[in-house]
Amino acid sequence: MSGKPRETRLEPRGDTRREPLARLGREDPLDHTLEPEAGVGFWRDAFRRLLKSRMAVTGAVLLIVVVLATLLAPVLTPYGFEEQDLARQLEPPSLQHPFGTDLAGRDLLTRTLYGGRLSLAVGLVATLVSLVIGVTWGAVAGYKGGATDNVMMRFVDMLYSLPFMFFVILLVAYFGRHLILLFLALGAVQWLTMSRIVRGQMIQLRGQEFVVAVVALGAQHRRIIFRHLIPNLLGPIIVYATLTVPAVMLEEAFLSFLGLGVQPPNSSWGLLAADGASSITAIHTAWWLILFPGLALAVTLFSLNFLGDGLRDALDPKLRNR
Amino acid sequence: MITFLVRRLLSTIPLLLVILFASFVFMRSAPGGPFDAERALPPQIEANLEAKYHLDEPVEKQFLRYLDGLLHGDLGPSLKYQARSVNEIIGQALPVSLVLGATALAFALLVGIPAGVVGALHHNRTEDYLTMSVSLLGICVPNFVLGPILIIVFSFAVGWFPAGGWGSWNQLILPALTLGAIRAAYIARLSRAGMLEVIHQDFIRTARAKGLRERIVIGKHALRVAILPVITYLGPATASVLVGSVVVERIFSIPGLGSFFVNSALNRDYTMAMGTVLLYSGLLIFLNLMVDVLYAVLDPRVELA
Repeated sequence: MSGKPRETRLEPRGDTRREPLARLGREDPLDHTLEPEAGVGFWRDAFRRLLKSRMAVTGAVLLIVVVLATLLAPVLTPYGFEEQDLARQLEPPSLQHPFGTDLAGRDLLTRTLYGGRLSLAVGLVATLVSLVIGVTWGAVAGYKGGATDNVMMRFVDMLYSLPFMFFVILLVAYFGRHLILLFLALGAVQWLTMSRIVRGQMIQLRGQEFVVAVVALGAQHRRIIFRHLIPNLLGPIIVYATLTVPAVMLEEAFLSFLGLGVQPPNSSWGLLAADGASSITAIHTAWWLILFPGLALAVTLFSLNFLGDGLRDALDPKLRNR
Repeated sequence: MITFLVRRLLSTIPLLLVILFASFVFMRSAPGGPFDAERALPPQIEANLEAKYHLDEPVEKQFLRYLDGLLHGDLGPSLKYQARSVNEIIGQALPVSLVLGATALAFALLVGIPAGVVGALHHNRTEDYLTMSVSLLGICVPNFVLGPILIIVFSFAVGWFPAGGWGSWNQLILPALTLGAIRAAYIARLSRAGMLEVIHQDFIRTARAKGLRERIVIGKHALRVAILPVITYLGPATASVLVGSVVVERIFSIPGLGSFFVNSALNRDYTMAMGTVLLYSGLLIFLNLMVDVLYAVLDPRVELA
């Protein structure tokens, strides 16, 4: 999202019935609902409405706190990620170890903060991957239309009806259990809904006059799609991407829990929760081992969902300037 | 209605065939094989094994052989559990997953729909905020965190339910709660949104105008249409719940089908993996068809074309 305000519209003005009135110089009494205040661009307006939404601001602040905490981990805790204190195994939370210690005597707060880096990175990178695939796929299908669209969307339908786990495991099998490849694999299974959304919007946009104008000017397809059409779809794309991040993070945690995702010595919230879950026995219940990583994950997902919902309201063109 | 059903059922056959073929080819081309072990088998033994299971034939011939078995209701022998057939394994594990899944779904519906309706009827008041916050919590706490916490609280601290295992009704409660929580949360949100939309429509005003009691207006007239989004969500949700959740089954040591989804793909147990894919995809397609039919039953404005 570029910072400078721009007169980008999600829905180019389609209501041509008002045109003659304007040409006659008469005021259309309804027109102010269509036209934003002078000089207020779409993004600035959206941003202003985003700030007004208590939910979105709460989400954004929480998210910033979590991200900063993981980045500042070396400053925030005196312990190292791998640092063991074998005299203090499985200690409940205390002043020295606010989150307690794990089976190997490591400080859980430290591990949660460092583990969060990986969880967040997976969310970000996998979402970017899904964004690139999904937007391109949906844009091309919607733009080309006809048989191309049909074949491309039937392919999406087919992938929809495959079990997700099967898909990821095969991708991991193909490429090996490398961290980067895990990111790619998660992104590669998450683009389906994005492509459907983009395709639907694309079909609506394709027939608009400004597209016809660009075609008449002799622009190439690639330029029309990426320069003229996709910028008009940024709103829905941003909203859905924000909601994809928690979905991917949850899937990473899920895979790591099953031992298929992040591998030790690296750690993520999912892997920490898995360790916590496996350490629970009837003899001793180290509840902090499952509670704190789970809480960290839940707070992050919570804030992302809040932010996503707030963005959806802010970027909805129907709600402009309200 | 009948012609609609027949046509839709027929049109799923090519889709299923494509899904089967794609996953067949995809899986065969993944590196590794079903007989990989810590210690490599002597080449002659491996060759014999491959010959026994026809893995030495060209892929298209294997696929046709598989389809032939399928037409006779035979999913083939498992390549990993070598004395058992895929039919046998699914026959044993599926009922477990079905019972667990059905309980979880029933819980999700019984909690989710009333919560959503209450939220919508008290729009923007305490009841609304409360149900929506709890449901967001349900969405954000993953089941592998919820499960262990439930075990700590209800098995170890209070001692009401056993921590795992399968066979008696009280072993069913905690896993069903864990599996159903996120679905209940989604259902609550969907039915709230649906109810909010319906409640201002003309036919509701008509129902009130002709003097029906509020309970009938909401429970009979509004709810029918308000839960349509829930029905849509139920298609994929039912498929995923009924074929089992790996995580919940692992946490509570339940012998369901979920683990086979993961293990068969990991072990390159080709036939077993195909069996699970077929089961899931078939169920999903069938349930989506049911969703369309239910739509027409619940909302008289919808026509099946």
